[in-house]
Amino acid sequence: MRAGVVTFPGSNCDRDLAVAFEAAGARVERIWHKDSTLPRGLDVVGIPGGFSFGDYLRCGAIAARAPIMRDVVRFAEGGGAVLGICNGFQVLLEAGLLPGALMRNASLRFVCKPVRLRVESAESPFTAGWAPGAGITLPVAHHDGNYRADPELLARLEGEGRIALSYIDNPNGSVANIAGVLSENRRVLGMMPHPERAIEPAQGGSDGAALFRALAAALATA
Amino acid sequence: MRARVSVMLKEGVLDPQGEAVRHALAGLGFAGVEGVRQGKLIELDLAAGDRAAAEAEVRAMCEKLLANTVIERYSVEIL
Repeated sequence: MRAGVVTFPGSNCDRDLAVAFEAAGARVERIWHKDSTLPRGLDVVGIPGGFSFGDYLRCGAIAARAPIMRDVVRFAEGGGAVLGICNGFQVLLEAGLLPGALMRNASLRFVCKPVRLRVESAESPFTAGWAPGAGITLPVAHHDGNYRADPELLARLEGEGRIALSYIDNPNGSVANIAGVLSENRRVLGMMPHPERAIEPAQGGSDGAALFRALAAALATA
Repeated sequence: MRARVSVMLKEGVLDPQGEAVRHALAGLGFAGVEGVRQGKLIELDLAAGDRAAAEAEVRAMCEKLLANTVIERYSVEIL
């Protein structure tokens, strides 16, 4: 598997994400936001967490218009796998690769703690390593993770099984406890929890490793 | 030419920050504040000389960047 990890000014989980991909056997290319094209031959692009462009205007809004994102959108439209974590999820929403929006947490507080999640769909290259319905624990660390979808969108996401992960004890007010959503072709995943911060026991938990192992298995280059 | 853009959450989208401000106002003794909505005001200085063209361009900016039309609405004023 060849993975690309994009860095914006203010990204702070880019290195952790690269390490998580590498631990699953990937060769990782680091990509700067001002590049206009992705390296050739990538199997997956990761958009990391952080505070890209200082969260100015709206979280992820400026990053979503950075030069590299045009090629990330082309890559996704061509069937490429894209993983957006935390601020990366916000960027994918702002770029139009996933539907809905993320707003300020209902509590108005930054939440930073491990949370229990339910695997709502194992039908994607990201979630195939977990059993459907399984309970897993991953850390969250965000101020704007309150997922919003209007009733039609919510019905569509539920009907098409595109809610990948849900919170067991909702930390941010997200509609339907949504923690992660898949694109229509199931090749783009946006999620607020941080799987890259839970890949080995020394980090306090290793439930996130299965995501990167599943990706490596699904995207192994022949 | 100057343009003023206001961006507000759409009706029906809960505004937790506005709610917090409403509670704080009530705590200060301002009774009868039935709702608070918090938004953004953005001013742009434009080289354009034509009002209609300027407004059309600012609207395009709103659609592309200044507002997230999934949850926000905007209005444009040319000053």
